[in-house]
Amino acid sequence: MEWNITNGRPVYVQLVEQLELALVNGTFPPGSKVPPVRELAADAGVNPNTMQRALQELETRGLLQAQRTAGRTVTADADVLQQLRRKRAVALAQTFLHQMQALGLDRAETEELLRQTAEEE
Amino acid sequence: MNENVIYEAQNLCKRYGRKPALNNASFTVCAGKLVGLLGPNGSGKTTLLKISAGLLARSGGTVLIDGQTPGVYTKSVTSYLPDRMALPTEMRAADAVSLYADFYPDFDAAKAHAMLADLHIEARDRIGSMSKGTQEKMQLCLTMSRAAKLYLLDEPLGGVDPAARDYILQTILRNYSEDAALVLSTHLIGDIEKVLDEVIFLKEGTVLRQVGVDTLREECGQSVDEYFREVYKC
Repeated sequence: MEWNITNGRPVYVQLVEQLELALVNGTFPPGSKVPPVRELAADAGVNPNTMQRALQELETRGLLQAQRTAGRTVTADADVLQQLRRKRAVALAQTFLHQMQALGLDRAETEELLRQTAEEE
Repeated sequence: MNENVIYEAQNLCKRYGRKPALNNASFTVCAGKLVGLLGPNGSGKTTLLKISAGLLARSGGTVLIDGQTPGVYTKSVTSYLPDRMALPTEMRAADAVSLYADFYPDFDAAKAHAMLADLHIEARDRIGSMSKGTQEKMQLCLTMSRAAKLYLLDEPLGGVDPAARDYILQTILRNYSEDAALVLSTHLIGDIEKVLDEVIFLKEGTVLRQVGVDTLREECGQSVDEYFREVYKC
């Protein structure tokens, strides 16, 4: 998968965000095995302890499950994944709305813009 | 005292004549950590690593590696990469691998050959005829092919091209063991900070600060690289 770690924000926060995306978009499908920490860390070019911390965070939130002998698997619970998808989408929508407001578009204009752009796509 | 402390320096001092290079430097490194030793030129990084590797006598203070002062035992568990070329130039790559294999029981010759092959260094290449960057890669492969408890790398990436730098960082990440600690000095902070657990800032021979990379990023909203440029602004 593609990793993109930028300056200025904690690495582990960025790893959590990007792993969430991989769970939601099916890079790691529900119920599947997640690659070992070291593998993921080398792939992302980050410290294994930092990757471990990110995975643990996802585990406490129920998105990943620790398997006693064989690493971690993605939750098979579709509801949990759906909630995450929703949460991420809401956050994106809020950012979009704030930016449109900053550009001086009112609500009707924003909705019109969205509709038009979607049709052109 | 935490039992998985692998390296401990206390009030470490070193004087070259009247000029102090290290001035009461104290810090500890735990097993499983990758630590960056950062500081401007002349802040004491190389001196600190040389004392730790047992190549230089300290003027004061203590160093404990796996509980012992630098000596025969610590050298057997410490893999040190010097800041300059230390291999005999008349040797070929394969000879250097054999030399290390003879010297260090924890050396994995197969691993060294595999790394050299990945970096396109031929076994029969003569060290003296390699470019400076290739010599550095060669030396780093040898250093990382030991199963040591402590790795001390002095500027491992300085003369290495960006593509090989990525390979080397990946190699470190894939091979590092949870029981081992790695301390490296570098000026290429931007390239390496994502790989590190902690950084130690040195200034005029003392430890200015030891802090986790993510802690620093959280606290300052800056990368370690940006923070360094601010702290040491000329």
